[in-house]
Amino acid sequence: MAGSNKINSSPPRWLLAELTYACPLQCPYCSNPIDYAKYQAELDTEDWKRVLTQARKMGAVQLGFSGGEPLTRKDLTELVKHARDLGYYSNLITSGYGLTEEKIIQLKEAGLDHIQISIQASTQELNDHIAGTTSFQLKKEVAHLVKKHGYPMVLCVVIHSENIHQMPEILAMAEELGADYLELANTQYYGWAHANRDLLLPTKAQFEQAEQIAQAFKEKVAGKMKIYYVVPDFYENRPKACMNGWGTTFLTIAPDGVALPCHSARELPGLDCPNVKDYSIEEIWKESKAFNFFRGFEWMKEPCRSCDEKEKDFGGCRCQAYLLTGDMYNADPVCSKSPDHAVIQQAIDSAAKNTVSVDAKPLIFRNSKNSRLFS
Amino acid sequence: MAINPELPIQFSRTHRLQWEEAQQKDVILYPEGMVELNQSSAEILKLCDGTRNLAQIVSELELKFATSGLINDITAFLEVALKNGWIQQN
Ligand code: SF4
Ligand code: SF4
Repeated sequence: MAGSNKINSSPPRWLLAELTYACPLQCPYCSNPIDYAKYQAELDTEDWKRVLTQARKMGAVQLGFSGGEPLTRKDLTELVKHARDLGYYSNLITSGYGLTEEKIIQLKEAGLDHIQISIQASTQELNDHIAGTTSFQLKKEVAHLVKKHGYPMVLCVVIHSENIHQMPEILAMAEELGADYLELANTQYYGWAHANRDLLLPTKAQFEQAEQIAQAFKEKVAGKMKIYYVVPDFYENRPKACMNGWGTTFLTIAPDGVALPCHSARELPGLDCPNVKDYSIEEIWKESKAFNFFRGFEWMKEPCRSCDEKEKDFGGCRCQAYLLTGDMYNADPVCSKSPDHAVIQQAIDSAAKNTVSVDAKPLIFRNSKNSRLFS
Repeated sequence: MAINPELPIQFSRTHRLQWEEAQQKDVILYPEGMVELNQSSAEILKLCDGTRNLAQIVSELELKFATSGLINDITAFLEVALKNGWIQQN
């Protein structure tokens, strides 16, 4: 059975510190668990410092401070300073909401390496609608301040059917703001995005047109701006190599201290994800059931087990297999070899039907009230 | 993109070059990414401190490794580095 025999593991390289689930925004594609409201406890400053120290000692070097909105944590600057002393490269992944010039300077002095700001759309109206909060002007000001203080500026725009038509304007906005990197992240359908999929999944034609525009832009700005394009795997024939292989590279720590092999792993049944309050990072990474669960290839079922591509994609995403087929050991149904591949087309058809229907479902915004309904 | 032989070469202000004990390697760190360097690439980049131009970097490394004829390899690597934004000249 998966998890029963420990497989030699490479050390973690990437630590994602989800400092809090608190967030002033309400993005309907948020990757936080939909029942996040039931996880109220947060690690304290000393817990986080210990986690950073232990993970660094094992070899983690890239560190993301994320959430929720990490700026809502009062000890952010202190944690950034600790991370810098340990030699991490630290990334602040923020909505920009609540980021003042004073704070930007303070974080720089503490040793923060880069700030990634998410913008929801290229117009105030749509941005503020999707974010569920008036924030567009503020985000643009923050983007200018980030540049002004010498950080590499990464702009992240999550793409879905409500903003995909704005692709040319989104690119122009990134250029105008002087982004060094632009992350065009097609929505991945976990967490809140899964609940809102019928309203967020673009059609194939929309997606292909947007990709073409982004591709042409990429060539135009080569050498000035780097584009990270996260593909929407619903329109692929092969799944993504999720997390670069389970328990090989990425370590996520949730706000309450639960250690996750991928940030959606909380949705999977029976993993018994360990808490950093009970175990060291080394014990968690090497010994825990959760981190060994899908390591290697022994756990696989057919068609993955005998597939010659398994070392390339590791059978795809476990969370997607679970959400869409009900069995987390199955091949990711994005794969055309999966016997469940038809569920992808069904999802696409269902989204297309929703857009033309008169009683189209409304978006479910990510907030504590809605979250409690799912808890 | 070509290296201007006159101008000094400087390591990028938005990247970080550092020794990683766990990997026993020098690496370049940048937003959400990392490049592992072999020893010779790391030696070249460490000399890109904004005080030396191409010829000075070449002669320093030739002296250090008691060899000659490194110019082509070093130029080729620095062109890649420039294209990737790891170094700049201005
Ligand atoms: S995706 Fe939106 S709602 Fe979720 S944490 Fe980020 S900014 Fe907050
Ligand atoms: S069958 Fe499994 S291993 Fe093979 S390509 Fe599909 S998902 Fe990957």
